[in-house]
Amino acid sequence: MKIAVCIKRVPDSETRVKIAADGKSLDEAGVKFVMNPYDEFAVEEALRRKEKAGSGEVAVICLGPAAAQETIRTALAMGADRGVLLQADKIPADPFEAARLIAAELKGASWDLILFGRMAIDDYNHQVGPLVAELLGMPCVTAISHLDIEGATGVAEREIEGGIEVVDFPLPAVLTADKGLNEPRYPALKGIMAAKKKPLEVKPVQPGAGALEVVALMPPPERKEGKIVGEGAGAVGELVRLLREEAKVL
Amino acid sequence: MTRVLAVLEQRDGKLRKVSFEVVTAARRLTDAVDAIVSDTSDREGCATAIAERAKAGGYRAVVFAATATGKDLAPRVAAKLGVGVAADLTDVAADGSGFLVTRPVYAGKALLKVKVTSQPAVLSLRPNVFTPDERAASVTPETLPVTSSGRVRVREIKAAPAGTLDVAEAQVIISGGRGLKEPANFKVLEELAHAFGGQAAVGASRAVVDAGWRAHADQVGQTGKTVSPSLYIAVGISGAIQHLAGMRTAKVIVAINKDKDAPIFKVADYGVVGDLFEIVPKLTEEIRKLHG
Repeated sequence: MKIAVCIKRVPDSETRVKIAADGKSLDEAGVKFVMNPYDEFAVEEALRRKEKAGSGEVAVICLGPAAAQETIRTALAMGADRGVLLQADKIPADPFEAARLIAAELKGASWDLILFGRMAIDDYNHQVGPLVAELLGMPCVTAISHLDIEGATGVAEREIEGGIEVVDFPLPAVLTADKGLNEPRYPALKGIMAAKKKPLEVKPVQPGAGALEVVALMPPPERKEGKIVGEGAGAVGELVRLLREEAKVL
Repeated sequence: MTRVLAVLEQRDGKLRKVSFEVVTAARRLTDAVDAIVSDTSDREGCATAIAERAKAGGYRAVVFAATATGKDLAPRVAAKLGVGVAADLTDVAADGSGFLVTRPVYAGKALLKVKVTSQPAVLSLRPNVFTPDERAASVTPETLPVTSSGRVRVREIKAAPAGTLDVAEAQVIISGGRGLKEPANFKVLEELAHAFGGQAAVGASRAVVDAGWRAHADQVGQTGKTVSPSLYIAVGISGAIQHLAGMRTAKVIVAINKDKDAPIFKVADYGVVGDLFEIVPKLTEEIRKLHG
């Protein structure tokens, strides 16, 4: 099985967001960057599919700055075979431009599967996977939490409000991974050592301007100071009164 | 005149609440709103039909709800139109030749203001944010015919057990964390949710989802769902920053925790300090009285 996994370098979920001097971006000073958590499920799934097939290749593609080489090395340490960094100083604000660059890299090779995380936890765009699928003319199932593949057909499950959708699709396909799909492995020391010797190609790219222009990055409105109603079950009566009379939500 | 296409959602032949939110927001952009609805089980066929309709109608914007279906459909339609999606918006306004929109990023730790100049603009709106106005209720969408692509097809929908509500759609959420001590104890939260008479859902912190106590579908936070209910009750949740990010847009937040210094009390409107196993059953009793 020949599988491509597209990953992204993002600020860790415990990051406290500070806005940079330009008023439009994150102040990256002191921020810890990690592989997007949803992409870990995609990498893990690719490795399991290759292991099950007994042969094949898992290639990791990442659009990002030079420092994203580290993110690719994490995927290589998990067991991926090779990496490609589409190097750009800034990831474009318009996800269509990101998708174009990734699709151009993937085009032409005969992938059985192309995997993404269902969204990145920084920009919350949840669309680069399906955009790439459309650009490549491939079938796509998004946000999958279960996957069965038999020959050239697959069945995936995806969560919807109040239920689970069961989706049939043909291979080759683009899939985006949700939590629950698998339990990602931690890179073992042996894997980390091996990753240093695996091929990692760096290709500079020039993102287009796109049609989504960032005007400002702003802190969310502050919540007003709350109050401790009291201690123990004895405070419940007062809590209910406040919820009814002051907050008017009961 | 600027024309906008509103893509509505239905289930079991009925328009979903979020559809009225989409119509309401679309009418903020222009008076010329056309609403469509279609069978979404063939995702590619559906996307093709919507994209063709959007092109033929010369719309300036195509508006979706950022639901599980909308998040899946909007990028497919956008790509066919050669543009990206301005996704998961909490505010929209017409702005000269384009649109000025706001979207939460970093799970709501910041808001991004974006000028959308694509032709057309493809927008998806966060559910539970835009309050539907009265006019929206009378919308009669056109049913768009879909030609099957024969590729990606929803074979079936396994419905969640009757009476369970998705955290993303619930007006009241009662979330539990490690303070519950063991999975079986979530029963006290389920009883409280039940007391609200079908409008409440039980949510969970990342810690208890990772421990396998609760389903990922229930997780609130940066790697789970971002929610905006009227009332959010955090029980035995300390309030890690990634959790706070997912629920800080709730209208009213109540925290119940034994540790008076827990960070959750910093965002809570009302806090009760103490043993949740005494406080929650008492609260359930009081809510039952109100709804009884």
